[in-house]
Amino acid sequence: MSKLYDLLMQDYRIREGLNACINCGTCTAICPAAEFYRYDPRQIVNIVQSQDEAAIEELLKSETIWYCGECMSCVTRCPRKNAPGLIIMALRSLSIDLGYFIESEKGRQQYVLCKDLCGNILDYGYCVYPRNFDSAGHPEAGPVWAWEEKHLDEVFERLGGNLDGDGPGACRRIPQEDLDQIQRIFDETGGTARLETVRKAAEKKAAELGLSVEEFAEKVNTTCSPFHFNH
Amino acid sequence: MIYEGKQRIWSDYQKEIPDDHYFYVRSCIRQAFFTGSEVAFLDITRNRLGKDIFESEHHTTCGGIAYHSDTIPHETVMTIVARQFALMHKYGYENYVCSCITSFGVYAETLETWREFPELQAKIAEILMKTCRLEFAKPKYIVHASDLIFKFRYQIAARAVHKLVNVRTGKPLKVVEHIGCHYSKMFPSKGVGGAEYPYVLAGMVEAWGGEVVDYPERRHCCGFGFRQYFVQANRGYSLSNTHKKFESMEPYHPDCIVTNCPGCPYFLDRWQYVIAEQTGKTYGGDGRGIPVLTYEEMAGLVMGYDPWDLGLQTHQTPVESLLDKMGIVYDEKSKYLGKGGKDLGQPAHPSCLKI
Repeated sequence: MSKLYDLLMQDYRIREGLNACINCGTCTAICPAAEFYRYDPRQIVNIVQSQDEAAIEELLKSETIWYCGECMSCVTRCPRKNAPGLIIMALRSLSIDLGYFIESEKGRQQYVLCKDLCGNILDYGYCVYPRNFDSAGHPEAGPVWAWEEKHLDEVFERLGGNLDGDGPGACRRIPQEDLDQIQRIFDETGGTARLETVRKAAEKKAAELGLSVEEFAEKVNTTCSPFHFNH
Repeated sequence: MIYEGKQRIWSDYQKEIPDDHYFYVRSCIRQAFFTGSEVAFLDITRNRLGKDIFESEHHTTCGGIAYHSDTIPHETVMTIVARQFALMHKYGYENYVCSCITSFGVYAETLETWREFPELQAKIAEILMKTCRLEFAKPKYIVHASDLIFKFRYQIAARAVHKLVNVRTGKPLKVVEHIGCHYSKMFPSKGVGGAEYPYVLAGMVEAWGGEVVDYPERRHCCGFGFRQYFVQANRGYSLSNTHKKFESMEPYHPDCIVTNCPGCPYFLDRWQYVIAEQTGKTYGGDGRGIPVLTYEEMAGLVMGYDPWDLGLQTHQTPVESLLDKMGIVYDEKSKYLGKGGKDLGQPAHPSCLKI
């Protein structure tokens, strides 16, 4: 029996998402990621189902588990009620917990995602906080966002928002007592531990590459090797 | 056709949407980028239709974007969800309406997981009490905000100032409806029309005089993909999926697009700008792209709201072509003004996409 498979089976998402895959490939046919990346969810589910220790370890260290966009289109179409998207989420969680994520270019991106998204949650109570959404980092947001960024308070006021204000409303300041509760939830449920795991692995990798942590973050945020793509 | 049989089959695709008394929770993305839409939702439901929609400043993100970017564990997001539900209970509500489709999917997934694994629900209830001193509770009903606008679509139609009709030709406007993947692809029974015949936006379009466009990639994801957008190196994934949808809908000449997800309207709007700047290609007839609306923006225009009160000036793809077709009179000079007419300057013009 595979130890890694046993670890995966502790994840409720695998227990909900893996019944008996018949390898029909419908998930791959509907998958937006499979059209863009060299990605085949059918094969991933098959590897997990095989319980092959070496193959699962290779998967956990691979690029391929990071290609999914978690749109869950596969869930609708699987004729056996599997959920490849949930299986991917369980694989990614285990890859992070074991530190394997740092082995792949796409996996290393978790450092930037954890820093940005969880930083926003713990500091402001939101996954996305408009003052941290800078137009320099988001040129696709266009000149209208560059304008809005420059006049953020005035635009929120114009539209009836409550940016950083007291009481309810769009983008209100969330009271500190509530942010403290979210911090305690992170501490109690493994959220804080995951952030620490990712941070330590990233710092170690940055040192191996001779980069500062800031340089490492910039590199993982912008590096995209051509071998990922289908075309 | 046996009409009764069809009716019975269709009833399987319906969901129960209570008429009133909801605890409202916001969307991280929509409140930041579609502020006017959330404001319009509350104004329409509370002030125009007289509904009780309560919001507490103590609610937070559901954690959904972080969860689907795999940055927080399963138990973390479930406990944040439990905290949101506990706040609803604390304030005396049992109906829950959320602004975000990612949240809607997270709530549906969490409730299903708790149903299947009651020992996990008990564990989360214990953690909730330990970390927040809040009593565990579950909503009787969960709806998405678009479900409520769908439910009230005929009441809105009765108050219509404008219709989704071209005032010059008298013909219905052709509307692409794009439904967020997490609305019903994971749990079809939770959405109006399920995953096969999602009707939540199509019902609004038809009730307000428009005509729904059916096109090959109608149900394809907009390409948000969470980590596929938030990491700069991955954004080609997001752009490529949006491009695929536009290429597919182009031959049908839609007048506008309506969406019910936080990310979808942003990407369908912004990637049109990027496609134009990168390739010179614009969709729509006049180099100005296809306007992309949220369902509140569409409802607001129908009900006669000022387009700039709704926040349509914050879209990169201009909306004026749609306003003209609907016969909406608007003040071009006030488009970018702040409150009280304060001069905020104007955004720079894109080099290719006309505004």
